[in-house]
Amino acid sequence: MKPLLVVRDLVTEIGVARVVDGVSFHVVAGETYALLGESGCGKSMTALSLMRLLPDGGRIASGDVRLGETDVLALPERDMRRVRGGRMAMVFQEPMLALNPVLKVGDQIGETLALHQDLGGQAARDAARALLDAVGVPDAARRLDTYPFELSGGLRQRVMIAMALAGEPGLLIADEPTTALDVTIQAQVLDVLRRLRAERRMGMLLITHDLGVVAENADRVGVMYAGELVEEGARDAFFATPQHPYSRMLFEALPRPGDGGRLATIAGQVPRLDGTLRGCRFAPRCPFAIARCRTEPPGWQDFGGQRVRCHLVGTLPAGSVRERVPHIVAEHVPQPLLQVEGLKVHFPIRRGFIQRTVGHVRAVDDVSLAIEAGRTLALVGESGCGKTTVGKALLRLIEPAAGTIVLGGETVTAKNASTLRRQAQMVFQDPFSSLNPRMRVMDILLEGMDALGVGAAVARRDAVTRLLRQVGLPDDAGGRYPHAFSGGQRQRIAIARALAVSPRLVICDEPTSALDVSVQAQILNLLKDLQGELGLAYLFITHNLAVVEYLAHDVAVMYLGRIVEQGPAAGVLRAPRHPYTQALVSAVPRIEPQIGQGVIRLAGDQPSPLDPPTGCPFHPRCPQAGAVCRQTYPGQTELGGGHWVRCHWVAGQA
Amino acid sequence: MSLGAFKVLPVILWTDALIFALLAAVLALVWFIRRQPHLRAPWAAVARRPMAMGAALVLAVFVTIGLLDSLHYRERLSDSPPDRPQYSVEVLSAFDALVGKLRTQQEKTYSAPLAMQLYAKEFIERGGATVRAYPRLKYGGAQLKQADARVPDLVRRVILGLAQGLAASLLLFGLLAAWQTRHRGMAFGEWLSVWGTGRLGWPGRTVVLTLALMLMLGTATFHLAAAYHVFGTDKVGQDVLYIALKSIRTGLVIGTLTTLVTLPLAIVLGIAAGYFRGWVDDVIQYAYTVLNSIPGVLLIAASVLIVQVAIEAHPELFDTAAARADIRLLALCLIMGVTSWTGLARLLRGESLKLRTLDYVEAARAFGVSHARIISRHIFPNVFHLVLISIVLDFSGLVLAEAVLSYVGVGVDPSMYSWGNMINGARLELAREPVVWWQLGAAFAFMFTLVLAANLFADGVRDAFDPRTGGRR
Repeated sequence: MKPLLVVRDLVTEIGVARVVDGVSFHVVAGETYALLGESGCGKSMTALSLMRLLPDGGRIASGDVRLGETDVLALPERDMRRVRGGRMAMVFQEPMLALNPVLKVGDQIGETLALHQDLGGQAARDAARALLDAVGVPDAARRLDTYPFELSGGLRQRVMIAMALAGEPGLLIADEPTTALDVTIQAQVLDVLRRLRAERRMGMLLITHDLGVVAENADRVGVMYAGELVEEGARDAFFATPQHPYSRMLFEALPRPGDGGRLATIAGQVPRLDGTLRGCRFAPRCPFAIARCRTEPPGWQDFGGQRVRCHLVGTLPAGSVRERVPHIVAEHVPQPLLQVEGLKVHFPIRRGFIQRTVGHVRAVDDVSLAIEAGRTLALVGESGCGKTTVGKALLRLIEPAAGTIVLGGETVTAKNASTLRRQAQMVFQDPFSSLNPRMRVMDILLEGMDALGVGAAVARRDAVTRLLRQVGLPDDAGGRYPHAFSGGQRQRIAIARALAVSPRLVICDEPTSALDVSVQAQILNLLKDLQGELGLAYLFITHNLAVVEYLAHDVAVMYLGRIVEQGPAAGVLRAPRHPYTQALVSAVPRIEPQIGQGVIRLAGDQPSPLDPPTGCPFHPRCPQAGAVCRQTYPGQTELGGGHWVRCHWVAGQA
Repeated sequence: MSLGAFKVLPVILWTDALIFALLAAVLALVWFIRRQPHLRAPWAAVARRPMAMGAALVLAVFVTIGLLDSLHYRERLSDSPPDRPQYSVEVLSAFDALVGKLRTQQEKTYSAPLAMQLYAKEFIERGGATVRAYPRLKYGGAQLKQADARVPDLVRRVILGLAQGLAASLLLFGLLAAWQTRHRGMAFGEWLSVWGTGRLGWPGRTVVLTLALMLMLGTATFHLAAAYHVFGTDKVGQDVLYIALKSIRTGLVIGTLTTLVTLPLAIVLGIAAGYFRGWVDDVIQYAYTVLNSIPGVLLIAASVLIVQVAIEAHPELFDTAAARADIRLLALCLIMGVTSWTGLARLLRGESLKLRTLDYVEAARAFGVSHARIISRHIFPNVFHLVLISIVLDFSGLVLAEAVLSYVGVGVDPSMYSWGNMINGARLELAREPVVWWQLGAAFAFMFTLVLAANLFADGVRDAFDPRTGGRR
């Protein structure tokens, strides 16, 4: 079959850096080709080179891109405009940034229709409505007249896809199309993409860092590292036996359920692409590297249907490279550390000239939690469900409206907040905004100790050195500024800052969601080690269920400010009872083929906490909802072993 | 020019005191920064930028002239008794003493740049008859016998000046090369080639070329000014070059002292409004909204008039005309400062609003760090680049605003030398045929050079202080 897109030896340079270096692949109509790799490996630059939309200073140095019979790189800009959107279209990662906020959705789609299909007026409107229907936007006719900010993230991404389809392209490039979305919404969007590809027989180039997304969507996979493709093969073969050490380590770095062992980490970072790179680019980080790897760049080798760029193909040991060193696990003595009863956080809505309070957003509504010393409680939920607010309210960064917090046997009030602050600290999501760029690392670590008067002033400098070693940073890190560190190192600094006051509870607010898989593994290992050494308790706020299974002892699932299911991690995640938890668990893309139960797809989005539905807040999306769910809020149903649910349906079954 | 210790009475005007206090503060700051490696690093990055260093050299010349012009004194009258000395009412400065005759060589009225005749026809006696012609100047080109000797004389002076400037530059360059080769242990030829390709680690080429250019310009002007009025003369026959040079101090005073008044107001109110939100924000916002809704020129005009009335009501407080003009200048700085803090305050409020929600501020709050400490360690350092940029941009803006206000007539005292007064004086003469353009031209050239140098320097400073671009050029 004739391929739709053929890329041969593509080289793209930005300044002196060769961000794409000799990449070759092809995409056949009707198939999905996935480009996989960590950030900074050149995936997006490859896509932008195909569209000839490189940023300033970027240029395609050599290579050949053929779309059907057309030589894309030889086209004049005028003809290229017909190709973009018309024959290949792109879906970007951040739908809010890719849509113009001041134009109505219908007009934005109409623009593409006018350009590529010469449609105008009522014809364009009808075509736009048909496109929105095709991407599964409910009530499409009305949505044409809405602005992007009136739509939720999932709907915006569908509108983006509808715009990309407006030119009826043969090739759709999707650059991390679901990274910014919640898992249940991600599942919806990926369904749409799969269906459209089959209906329209499009070729699809899917760019992602998520192995799960690749496993569920791709037909063939190409792994990129440092600007090069290092491995290519059919999905099933690739997932059965990844051949390149880098691919293998990506798998090993993924947290998997029921595995207490350390995660494999890839030491070091992706090399800078501006230097002269000798030998295999992965050699400095590769545990199997031999002398030849450092001097001679490996060529392509065929190995059982896969193509691999590695000298050691076929000689690598089969199976896992994961170190079978278990984490140190502290002796667990049940000892309650944190108990939260009936926590409520309400944000007032003010209107009018004198800012009168007209209502409240119930961001957190009646949440009760308990964490024992040395244990991890994961708080799981989609964005906007109030899980971060719970974390901040516990530290009184946001004043709770009601509820009692008992920490280490002492009730926390506004008066003894400083006692609380020595016992509980927080690690934030984004390591780039959580460190002050104008402060040296040492000053960042000293800040907490100075403010809370921890230890003698002279001993604090030694404490800084100890902390840096504890989190695996070099001793001279203290004198440098945060911008000298990579994302993973910055997160280590943030962890060290929290540890500086020797807390017993650390609230981790999505500490790994901004990091690559291999770096995430490093941070998870570190958190587990610290828990073993120091007996820390974690409140782990996340939406990543794989991390929860790996790290947490207990899980609480939140929906619209309330906990809907809580219990031991294994019980909740393997045998979820609440329909929401079931949907959440089944929506996570898995590497292993799904066995048994079918996938539950939730319809619609999470409602706004401004106007929560009556009765059970989940009933509008719930496949099991009955009349009683619309009227009364369900009580707590105990399922034994500390596992409970709030659901009428489960209560009725019991 | 005798500056004997007994022949002069030092005079310290209010603005002089403030200028030297500011200078002392800047020097103390420099000393402090030198000892802190992490603060020194961005300034070292500024020193590596050719454009910034060239601009800094030009600024340094302006500042030196301004500082020399701020050392004021009164000369003792030659006929006063030694036991009860009396001093002249005219307040002079060290700069006046240096330029010597430039101040005193006054013509009758307008004369064009480098002219040897007046710009207006007069009845003059020539060979017994009275004719209406352009009379010769008293000082400009007075050494020449014939009118046609002027151009060769000018050329000779320019070439002499340029040659001397070049020689001085070469001498300085030789000294620099000798010091550098010893310091680095290089051969001279090797150093020269490194210098030529601009790989010294500091912008050696730019510094040397800028210095050479300024030296040559300076010596050429010096030789011309010895016998001609380089920029012509004004209505009362005073040398325009002298007036333009004297105006530098006025411009610098307005640019720096006004900023000094602006900064505390803008920083404290802007950050407080953004950080504390709530009623603090409301009060500050109402204050600057009200202030902003009053036309600035009107407010300044009203305030200047009040000050003027006050000055005239209390003549006993001022012993010289210079002291009176000086107080008016200081008042102008204060008034402009009080009316111009709102822009920066609004900028800082917006930035603080953004910063206070960032995770590192939340982290500090989680440690129970006090508000004062959060503001001083987390908010202020992260808005400091805005302050710095606005200082330098405001400086240029204020120098230009002074010109506008003086033109309108509510600026500095009419007796004070300033670019605004020069433009105001030239205004009416622009309608003359042929036009009197040199006053305007001189004011424009000086203002343009100062403001351009300040802006280029500001660019360099801003780039160096931005942590994202600090490492790169």
